[in-house]
Amino acid sequence: MGFEQFEIQLIASVVAAACAIPGVFLVLRSMAMMSDAISHAILLGIVLAFFVIPDISSPLLIIGAALSGVLTVSLVELLNKTRLVKEDASIGLVFPVLFSIGVILIARYAWNVHLDVHAVLLGELAFAPFDRLIIFGNDIGPKSLYVMGTILIINLFFISLFYKEIKIATFDAGLAAALGFSPGLIHYGLMSLVSVTAVGAFDAVGSILVVALMIAPPAAAYLLTDNLTKMILISVVLGVISSISGFWLAIFLDANIAGAMATMAGVLFVLVFLFAPDRGIIAIARRRSHQRWEFAGKMLAIHLLNHEGTQDEERESQIQHLEENLRWKESFARRVVHYSANNGFLLVNDDRLVLTTRGREYAKESIVDN
Amino acid sequence: MHLDKVGSLNKGDLDMSENAIEVEDLTVAYQEKPVLWDIDLTVPEGVLMAIVGPNGAGKTTLIKAILNLVKTAAGQIKIYGKTSSDQKRLVGYVPQRGSVDWDFPTSVKDVVMMGRYGALGWIRRPGKEEQKMALSALDKVGMLQYAERQISQLSGGQQQRVFLARALVQDAQVYLMDEPFQGVDATTERAIVSLLQELRKSGKTVVVVHHDLQTVPEYFDWTALLNVRLIASGPVQEVFTEENLRLTYGGRVSFLKHNGENGVSNIGQRTG
Amino acid sequence: MDLGALFYDLFFDYTLRTVALGSAVLGIVSGALGAYAVLRKQSLLGDAMSHAALPGIAIAFLLTGSKASLVLILGAAIAGWIGTLFIMSIVRLTRIKFDSALGLVLSVFFGFGLVLLTIIQKMPNANQAGLDKFLFGQAAALLERDVITMSILGSIAIITMMVFWKEFKLLSFDPDFGATLGFPMRLLDILLTTLIVLAIVLGLQTVGVVLMSAMIVAPAAAARQWTDRLGTMVFLSSIFGALAGIVGALLSSSIQRLPTGPTIVLCISAIVIVSLFFAPRRGLVWNWIRVRRNRGRLHIEAILEDLYSLASAHDNPEHAHSIAVLRLMSSGKGGVDKSLKTLEEQGYVRSVNSDQWALTKAGVEQAQNLMKIREGNN
Repeated sequence: MGFEQFEIQLIASVVAAACAIPGVFLVLRSMAMMSDAISHAILLGIVLAFFVIPDISSPLLIIGAALSGVLTVSLVELLNKTRLVKEDASIGLVFPVLFSIGVILIARYAWNVHLDVHAVLLGELAFAPFDRLIIFGNDIGPKSLYVMGTILIINLFFISLFYKEIKIATFDAGLAAALGFSPGLIHYGLMSLVSVTAVGAFDAVGSILVVALMIAPPAAAYLLTDNLTKMILISVVLGVISSISGFWLAIFLDANIAGAMATMAGVLFVLVFLFAPDRGIIAIARRRSHQRWEFAGKMLAIHLLNHEGTQDEERESQIQHLEENLRWKESFARRVVHYSANNGFLLVNDDRLVLTTRGREYAKESIVDN
Repeated sequence: MHLDKVGSLNKGDLDMSENAIEVEDLTVAYQEKPVLWDIDLTVPEGVLMAIVGPNGAGKTTLIKAILNLVKTAAGQIKIYGKTSSDQKRLVGYVPQRGSVDWDFPTSVKDVVMMGRYGALGWIRRPGKEEQKMALSALDKVGMLQYAERQISQLSGGQQQRVFLARALVQDAQVYLMDEPFQGVDATTERAIVSLLQELRKSGKTVVVVHHDLQTVPEYFDWTALLNVRLIASGPVQEVFTEENLRLTYGGRVSFLKHNGENGVSNIGQRTG
Repeated sequence: MDLGALFYDLFFDYTLRTVALGSAVLGIVSGALGAYAVLRKQSLLGDAMSHAALPGIAIAFLLTGSKASLVLILGAAIAGWIGTLFIMSIVRLTRIKFDSALGLVLSVFFGFGLVLLTIIQKMPNANQAGLDKFLFGQAAALLERDVITMSILGSIAIITMMVFWKEFKLLSFDPDFGATLGFPMRLLDILLTTLIVLAIVLGLQTVGVVLMSAMIVAPAAAARQWTDRLGTMVFLSSIFGALAGIVGALLSSSIQRLPTGPTIVLCISAIVIVSLFFAPRRGLVWNWIRVRRNRGRLHIEAILEDLYSLASAHDNPEHAHSIAVLRLMSSGKGGVDKSLKTLEEQGYVRSVNSDQWALTKAGVEQAQNLMKIREGNN
């Protein structure tokens, strides 16, 4: 592995980590599509700032461009306030305009410089190690590593400083307001973080794949834990795994690195989606099938209890009747009876079912505790 | 699909059975969590019935199960002796007012005409006949002058009346209504009640999810008390008792005074 | 640019005619079906569908080696559909919310599409050029046979929409009620979603995957401002879509280095802005005028009542009072002079001298009426 390759992976990992942190809150606050809007809209900010400061990794450019992300958020909210269009439509109306202006500006005026339309979508991670930060004549590493490292530290700093406030604002906006944390302030604070991160990551992975790194790892982490701190940690880890494995996938296929990172983030999500211990669909299916028997047993017990001592008890407690009235298939009904008898809930008496004392208790409990 | 069946059914064509709705051993669960447990409920023809019960008792789910809108875990439902998918044309439905987007670009008359879509069947568009029916239904609910209004310009009570008119043009035998009094003004409430009683007098069966316990004896002649299980159902005089209400609402109802021979009034009950 | 020459070319120049026709078809279809997407709050689903189409295009090309529109459109549609299916399953099976599922599928599918595109670009095959036109669209690259394919598919979509007009309306407004009427709402939902996917993939060649969603959302959002009827909205939406499509595509074809997709998006966005501001009744400008008028009326009524309450302190209700007192009573909001002028024109007040104002008889009656109405409301 060449040193350049190592540096690319390092940069990619830092980008992924920086994206995952605000991403957790986007996923939790149901604002994922806002990151899509922001990452598109900042293109205009980058282009405009680029005309003034033609250095894509300059902090001034990053802050200037990030402003356009915040502007997008407020434009969307302004449009919502008119109540002329629905909330989702206002996101869908705002960012295409800003993005289009950005693309046209690049195509017309900046097409032969560093920015081009492809870099907008793909990023230029492969070239990142060539742009070095040189201080007092010493090469201390690729510039974008420092840029993204700084953004990562800012994200970490902001999140840990306001951890409690953001947590409350995320899970209970009403309580946050009552406690005196302005939900609006926290909202815009987070949106600023998203914007700054998107601008910084833009150079490396392009505008749309920023979204992949912000959303896919936190979405997967959301299926793995209920604890906010753990969710952040897992997101970062998943993000880093996506970028490193994505890098090697790209080498192997001789394809674009950022696209491969997004692909791997997707693959990781699918793996978690399938195999997550508690919320994966395999676990869900298994639990459901178990619950189905338990539930059917309860249903049968309650059914028998309801008709105990009534005039139609004789009819309602026959096995044949289960098919007819509960609409259970015969084989299913027999298995439920078998299951319940095994658990000691009922006795089978010439095709008639009789609840045991235990079964009666079980039915009563089931009714009470739902 | 049974849309292409006969245009309008008379009582004479119906099953001999006296009962409008029969629910047997109905259990409904969302993700294996029971919402309704083993419900047996019979609604005789020609009653005006209130379904009451606390929040989360499964009132809406019961109505939706009768309409075949939710999957049942067990049990069966019959409307005039046949499954509800065979009897779609006999059943009229008034959903909760909040279940639709009132900013949808359409007029009051258009919404009411939707009640005829089932009878029209596939592809055929509503015509003069449907317009006439819609306007006369709007007249019945006192909304004729709003026929061409955009629906977003209506008040809550007016929206509810539009939904009622839509159910009326369905010309059904059985009406299922989900909280038709939710958020309406007193005038509308009175108008709706008299309309429901008129429906009952003409032999229709009306089932209403209702929240206000105090008005049950006054408005309805039949009631079902529900809290995941069916606590009781029958004529209001017989089943709307303090004992049954306590069973339904647990400790959450405080009864202040007995109200004549048949009812109880209460305060402090959580509605909504 | 010479407009006359442009019009001449529009009819007689092969390229321009093809471009204009293609963009018109795109605009009509996406405008019409976009109306449903917007009304069903699926605006952003369109965004996800169009991004998700990219790998479909690439795979269709990899499998067939063909760049024929029909093949690529089919690939795009299948991928768009799979993306939608993923979103729905994630939302149904897990606790992940709709918007996260959208963002996830959108970006991951798109990233995978880019991987495939870069692989295709490196293939030793002269035929592969031009696939990246699907990113931002290129109207000038449209061929006559592309337009024919688009027209046929577009017509199928529009005709299906019209045939099931009543059913789709029911689906969009109140699907539960529709189900109780006996219509298979799930099936109708799948059909309508398929039509929306079709509308999206038809435009990909012209507008590109990145911005196609705007062609679904914007025409419908603009049309909604002008009308309160579904039929008119769908019609207007198609017109707006077509207009933006044609103008944008022609501009981009006749001006160097003006990518088609963004240009069309700017055109449709201009229509949206005009609609939001100037559409009668709903538009912001009208709303603003209405609010101002209301405020003016309220102010005038307040002055009238102030004068009346001042006067009732005296025996004579037509007693004159100084303007300074009135200014004080309206708590420094200003406009007292203007309001008095208006009231004078209406004959409710008269000026005793330049500084003193009094109610007329009609003014006293009017003030009493207003106060009665106020009490009635309380």
